[in-house]
Amino acid sequence: MIHWIWGGMIIASTLYAAFTGQLEALNEAIFEGARQGVQVTMMLLAFIVFWLGILKVAEEAGLLQALAWMLRPLIRFLFPDIPRGHPAEGYILSNMSANFFGLGNAATPMGIKAMQALKTLSTRPERASRSMITLLAINTASITIVPSTVIAYRMAKNSANPAEIVVPALLASSVGTVAAILIDKFYQKRYGP
Amino acid sequence: MNVLFYLSNAILPFLMALIISVALVRKVHVYDAFISGAKEGFDTVLSILPHLIGMLVAVQMFTKSGLLSWLIAQCAPFFTAIGVPVEVVPLALLRPVSGAASSAVMLSIFDAYGPDSFLGRLASIMQGSTDTTLYVLTVYFGAVGIRHYRYALKVGLLADLAGLVAAIVMTYLFFG
Repeated sequence: MIHWIWGGMIIASTLYAAFTGQLEALNEAIFEGARQGVQVTMMLLAFIVFWLGILKVAEEAGLLQALAWMLRPLIRFLFPDIPRGHPAEGYILSNMSANFFGLGNAATPMGIKAMQALKTLSTRPERASRSMITLLAINTASITIVPSTVIAYRMAKNSANPAEIVVPALLASSVGTVAAILIDKFYQKRYGP
Repeated sequence: MNVLFYLSNAILPFLMALIISVALVRKVHVYDAFISGAKEGFDTVLSILPHLIGMLVAVQMFTKSGLLSWLIAQCAPFFTAIGVPVEVVPLALLRPVSGAASSAVMLSIFDAYGPDSFLGRLASIMQGSTDTTLYVLTVYFGAVGIRHYRYALKVGLLADLAGLVAAIVMTYLFFG
């Protein structure tokens, strides 16, 4: 599916730009995209190296295991395929906590670490497992108490009350997360393990 | 307001200090642990790079060719028919594809109507309550070399739709 989406975007954009005389803009867009890829990767490099270091300290201190122990019922409900006590539990919960508390740049490294742990449980290395898709669904819905980027933009544009959107946004992202989990469970039934 | 900002600034350093304190009490060699964890980061990032470049080139072509705006214009009547203000339609459609592009739409709405207008609040809540599905998919699956996404994209996009509908409903409830 991703092949058709990726290929489709490139082919359709080229044809559309040729028809509307936008080929110059399209040329720029190609290298702009590649440059953005490098920029985002550099930003990720800083966050990932830093947070994976901190995560390792937390793990050796037994904190991830404590987190997994406290929230085990949640993990068992969302990720029934993970064996009890597997390190993936702690990584997934640290990813969810980081999202929730608005530590956006910590959520990605922890989510990747969780994906790596889930991969060790999978027998088919190039195929997304059920747990991987559940983790992805929870992350795209991104439940958070403080959408800090949006608040910063509102402040920059002189909002009288930049944080007034916090409660409705939290409610909306909660509804989105519950929906994501239900949609995921629905497809799990249709596709099987 | 100030309390919120104090808390959001406090959370990171305090979390670090807490983790390191517990680790020291448990006799962990904290600096060695940090370095050994951090080392893994480099390879991970390198494996994401090709995925990000590939995806962002396609997204840039899609937006800069004008095709995306054309598609948005085609969809607009449908969205206005179900009560979505026409100004936020581009934001809703861009949100899952490109976080930077949907931020730009939000900022232009702030400039045109003000962040405290109904549209400004709606745009803020839509932007703040979902994440860029395509980016999350690219980075997370790219990092572990997943090729078969199976139903992941469907779940992600439907979840975005649910989140955006919830954002519209909440804005009407709180500020309507």
